[in-house]
Amino acid sequence: MAQLEILTFPDDRLKQVSTEVEIFDDSLHAFLKDLEETMDEGPPSVGIAAPQVGRFERIVLVDVSIKPKIPNHGRLILINPKIVAEQGQVVGREGCLSVPDFTGNVARAESIELEAKDAHGNTISFSMEGYEARAVQHEMDHLDGLLFLDHLVSRRDLFRRKKYK
Amino acid sequence: MKNWFMLTLIGQDRPGIVAGLTRALFENGCNLGEASMVRLGGMFTIMMMVETESDRTELITLTRPMEASTGIRVHIDEIEGALHSHIEPNYRFTVYGADQAGIVAETTETLARLRLNIINLETDVGGTDENPIYIMHIEGETKAKQEKIERALVELAKRKNIEIRVIPINTLIG
Ligand SMILES: [Zn+2]
Repeated sequence: MAQLEILTFPDDRLKQVSTEVEIFDDSLHAFLKDLEETMDEGPPSVGIAAPQVGRFERIVLVDVSIKPKIPNHGRLILINPKIVAEQGQVVGREGCLSVPDFTGNVARAESIELEAKDAHGNTISFSMEGYEARAVQHEMDHLDGLLFLDHLVSRRDLFRRKKYK
Repeated sequence: MKNWFMLTLIGQDRPGIVAGLTRALFENGCNLGEASMVRLGGMFTIMMMVETESDRTELITLTRPMEASTGIRVHIDEIEGALHSHIEPNYRFTVYGADQAGIVAETTETLARLRLNIINLETDVGGTDENPIYIMHIEGETKAKQEKIERALVELAKRKNIEIRVIPINTLIG
């Protein structure tokens, strides 16, 4: 077990597109343990993606259960995740372990249907909404070399959209 | 030895203000920090953090040609502040209603009693000349609980016949 170093922007590696996991073996499981430890022992976060620690495979970890009063599916290990359907759009505030000292407003799908593999290669699927769906979308962006900085909306945009709600 | 200054500019809006200023600063070895620029009522304002080895007098000399040619007024303060000291808002408020005196004062007084530190505040007047509506957005930081904030604002909304929304900002770090 080891806590892994988190890459921070402007490290170019964060812009890399990660590849699918094909082999679900002990070395994958050992990495998943390290990734969990990195998330649990590092600065508070609700998710982490493998490329953030320099492993360019399509693996994310999401756990919004530490936040009070938010519907969630507990701790999720999502391998080769795919969003198969999405609905609605909401703006919320995000920050990133890989982008210290900056937060900004980002528009995300409000609810998503998600398919992925678990640690043993079994297919799993989830319907999720709100904060948990946002966390998954944030982490999945890392797999495609994107950061929340790529989706920022300005304050005024946010206000315009919200104005007469 | 480098110092931080806050440059505050205000003047008639016209193309090229920002480019002219930032070019002059760049060519004289200044680094720019955070900045906020906004156009309001035909005027343009800039607040800009500038780090430089120059002193205040040198900065004044640097911006004087711009003042002379554009009529923009420049104000310079030496500041203690530095980068990487953001305060994160944890609540957002939207207030709107028929335009009337005192909406800003009463709302911000109520928020001040809740020990809210206002980080952003913007207001707009929409509607028509006959029926103007006032819209205000505030982002701020307070330790007060949402229920307590809502109680205080519901009372105010009733009294002024305005709508007030409280939206907690739950910043997602991932
Ligand atoms: Zn991130």
